[in-house]
Amino acid sequence: MIEEGRALFLQIAASVEDAILDGSLAEDSRAPSTNELAAFYRINPATAAKGVSMLVEKNVLVKRRGIGMFVAPGARAQLLDERRATFAARFIDPLLAEARALGLGPDDLSRLVRDRAAASTTEGTER
Amino acid sequence: MTVIEVDRLTKRYRETVALDDVTVSFDENIIYGLLGRNGAGKTTLMSILTAQNFASAGAVRVFGEDPYENAHVLSRICFVREGQRYPDDARPPHAFRMARLFFPNWSQELADELVTAFQLPMKTRIKKLSRGQLSAVGVIIGLASRAEITFFDEPYLGLDAVARQIFYDRLLEDYAEHPRTVILSSHLIDEVANLIERVVVIDGGRILLDEETDAVRDRAATVVGDSDAVEAFVRGREVIHRESLGRVASVTVLGTLTDDDRRALAASGVEVGPVSLQQLIVRLTQHRADQSGRDAAEGALR
Repeated sequence: MIEEGRALFLQIAASVEDAILDGSLAEDSRAPSTNELAAFYRINPATAAKGVSMLVEKNVLVKRRGIGMFVAPGARAQLLDERRATFAARFIDPLLAEARALGLGPDDLSRLVRDRAAASTTEGTER
Repeated sequence: MTVIEVDRLTKRYRETVALDDVTVSFDENIIYGLLGRNGAGKTTLMSILTAQNFASAGAVRVFGEDPYENAHVLSRICFVREGQRYPDDARPPHAFRMARLFFPNWSQELADELVTAFQLPMKTRIKKLSRGQLSAVGVIIGLASRAEITFFDEPYLGLDAVARQIFYDRLLEDYAEHPRTVILSSHLIDEVANLIERVVVIDGGRILLDEETDAVRDRAATVVGDSDAVEAFVRGREVIHRESLGRVASVTVLGTLTDDDRRALAASGVEVGPVSLQQLIVRLTQHRADQSGRDAAEGALR
């Protein structure tokens, strides 16, 4: 949900992108309108509109005259590329910094990552 | 389009200057937050804009005209103020009927819905209503009037958290369908921060901040960590607040942090925390008070 210290329109845009990435908002389906987003997040409609128009500029959403906003074909692949490109900087770098402070090297980290991944897979299959 | 223009407005009450050479404008169909401490000049500004008070100097234009004794302008503005007086024997329906006569865009349907939402007793005399119920009467008039400009001056006195949420939700909902200019004065800055498109902060009778709300969300940051590392980072930046506990310093700086800044801070083990709109306004206000205190002291020394 909404956090402090970051522009709201960016957070609104990111929330729509997340829904496209996890498949809950399929390509070619109708995207939430500005007013729906404003009401859901309890924010000013102009701010929500700014987030939506950013996604239109990025070609993630397309406006269809008279019927509203839709998820553009190819939007998911585009967002995947974009998120993968920033993944290392957003997640690995802080992980490395904390690991360094705790005296854990890259090898310790890769072992931890493998162990945790294995644990979460077995947990998943048991359910 | 600009609907309100304030040009070098000054208001003096005997010894005190309530508004000091204020120039500001308000655009059509935007929700503004008019924020500031008690006595900062918010109510004075709103009462001059609604022709309930006189300017000592300067000019105001509402819809391009002088609002004073101007029925044409006044029927397009609604001013919901704290402690609004009603006739002694009036009950809520009387107040709503008067409002319906006065405001051309009045929505009886919306007023009825809001009466239910706020559970307002319609048969009780307004004089006998609780503080919160009295505020509800004002809020209902403010929303249902659908005036082109609506001023809400601290409209929530006595309203509990649930009732305030009803007010915020209904305001956004009705604004989305019927865009208009809303000027909302409030002390509950965190509660209204996401509702207001622009924020105008008045302090000591002057405009301290006039910006898009979303643009100031990352305008300041608090850096916390070893005092040497923190001090090295904040050197050359505008510091608006400083605290320390032993070797740990917490410093609030103005200016948006870049990705490089964040990386450098992470590398030196300094944490970065966000600054909410409320904290930013509190810090800016204190900062200005400190500075003017210092200026006054320097002036006295000269």
